[in-house]
Amino acid sequence: MTVLEARGLIKDYRGIRAVDDVSLTLEHGRTVALVGQSGSGKSTMARLLLQLERPTSGEILLDGEPVARRGKRLTLYRRTVQMVFQDPFASLNPYHDVEHHLARPIRLHNPKMSADDVHRRVLHLLERVRLTPAAHVARRRPHELSGGQRQRVAIARALAPEPGVLIADEPVSMLDVSIRLGVLNLLATLQREEDLGVLYITHDLATARHFSDDILVMYRGKIVERGPADSVILDPQHDYTKTLADAAPNPDRRLAR
Amino acid sequence: MAANPIALDVPIPRRRVTLPPLTAKLATGLIIGAAIVLFGLIGPLLVQDPSRVSDVGLAGPSAEHLLGTTQTGQDVLAQLAYATRGSLIVGAIVGVLTLALSAFFGIVGAYAGGWVDEAFSLFTNIMLVIPGLPVVIVISAYVADRSLLLVSVVLAITSWAGSARVLRGSTLSLRSRDYVLASRVAGEKRWRILAVEILPNLIPLLASQVVFAVIFAILGEAGLSYLGLGASDSFTWGTMLYYAQNGLALRLGAWWWFVPPGLMLALFGAALSLINFSIDEIINPKLRSQTRAARRGWRMSREQLRKAKESTL
Ligand SMILES: Nc1ncnc2c1ncn2[C@@H]1O[C@H](COP(=O)(O)OP(=O)(O)OP(=O)(O)O)[C@@H](O)[C@H]1O
Ligand SMILES: [Mg+2]
Repeated sequence: MTVLEARGLIKDYRGIRAVDDVSLTLEHGRTVALVGQSGSGKSTMARLLLQLERPTSGEILLDGEPVARRGKRLTLYRRTVQMVFQDPFASLNPYHDVEHHLARPIRLHNPKMSADDVHRRVLHLLERVRLTPAAHVARRRPHELSGGQRQRVAIARALAPEPGVLIADEPVSMLDVSIRLGVLNLLATLQREEDLGVLYITHDLATARHFSDDILVMYRGKIVERGPADSVILDPQHDYTKTLADAAPNPDRRLAR
Repeated sequence: MAANPIALDVPIPRRRVTLPPLTAKLATGLIIGAAIVLFGLIGPLLVQDPSRVSDVGLAGPSAEHLLGTTQTGQDVLAQLAYATRGSLIVGAIVGVLTLALSAFFGIVGAYAGGWVDEAFSLFTNIMLVIPGLPVVIVISAYVADRSLLLVSVVLAITSWAGSARVLRGSTLSLRSRDYVLASRVAGEKRWRILAVEILPNLIPLLASQVVFAVIFAILGEAGLSYLGLGASDSFTWGTMLYYAQNGLALRLGAWWWFVPPGLMLALFGAALSLINFSIDEIINPKLRSQTRAARRGWRMSREQLRKAKESTL
């Protein structure tokens, strides 16, 4: 039962304020969408939450406790908070096979597990992301897989340490339109099965509404609007959200008119 | 929704290292290179003492002296064998030192980042602008007793910086790749990320830098020796040329004295360059897609390839 909370996060890059006073909470079992245009600071927010970068100010709390930057508690944090990257062509190491990508996180977080058990877990993970026959996929290297298959491997890797929170930074934007829905549905299924808290970062209001409980709208580093998915989309308050909502195709609104 | 099933019929070998495809270029390079290395290793064991003088001076190739003799009646083949060994030792020492120095200052610096990177790259840049050959000449001129080791170390110290720069650039780009971030997110230790996630992807580049350093070292040593500033205790291709030049071999038409070392130099340089081209094709796939070998690899004729290109455009 994990709760990840960000309070007043600020991140400056040489004069640019990429993230400006953002607070958000990710709870198990809930999906929060973070939408905003390109350059609004969404990925920066993801990197801060994953402790890949330090915030200029503000704090991150895991289950009410400030996060650690080293030692055992960082290991625990790494185990609890996982990420799916945007570009499946860049997020897998071309030198290593699929097995390596999944076995490493399992080993790291279960140092005493036997090699056989690790291998079995790898196969199980591959089956869970519907990559079958698993034994065969495990021996492939990334360049032998399609974009969708790679992204499934990336999802399996994120699930390997059995996290409580998953941050997905535009997980389907690099994929062909025809397979996006499949990957998103898979994420939704896994989220339900594992009771994950998910931060779904996207440009796309339609999938944000469909797949998440709450929506946060980010504009130039600030959260300009937040609330339950339907109300943010159907009844936008901030000017920027209105333009976004108007630009997105929305069958409900057309019917209501 | 199920993903596309993955074809079952192709057996996949579990390959860890990307070896360059064995093209004609690579094969030629490897065969010539291996033959010369073998000669350098075994040759000295089979021939007579290269310094032994006799009274058959400046004789052409004969059954007794397969490559003739020098002015003082020394056997050229014996000298060539020892010279090959000497030149290869220079190449090996410089190769290893360049690998160590450039990997340390280039890769480790760039990966550590922050002030370590600043300090390392400042040092690298200073070493880079120090003009190599003049310094080597000055040092060699001051030290009277120059061993092969000294010459090699001096050559290595003045030549590693370029490689370090190249490696630093690639490491900087690799360390911010998503897969490196992903292994940080997985909780991988920093040194392990460097050793297991980054380094393997640098192997082709490292290999090509080392091969280049070896070519540079052997040619550089030959240049120094030819100027009379090389090792004073060993034979190398360069010292052979130097003695041939001093002995007026060219003017006297004693081709068997200067052609063998010159030819060995040219052949070994060419062999290493051919190997390097093949490594370059892994580093830069754009080069590969233009070679005939790649097309044959796909089992496509030029015609088929053109059609395939049209249909994908
Ligand atoms: N490492 C960095 N150094 C300097 N500026 C940065 C860095 N990373 C991001 N920025 C800046 O921060 C701002 C936010 O970038 P970010 O990548 O978070 O946007 P984003 O919302 O993810 O955009 P997109 O939808 O295109 O992915 C941008 O103006 C960007 O130029
Ligand atoms: Mg982004």
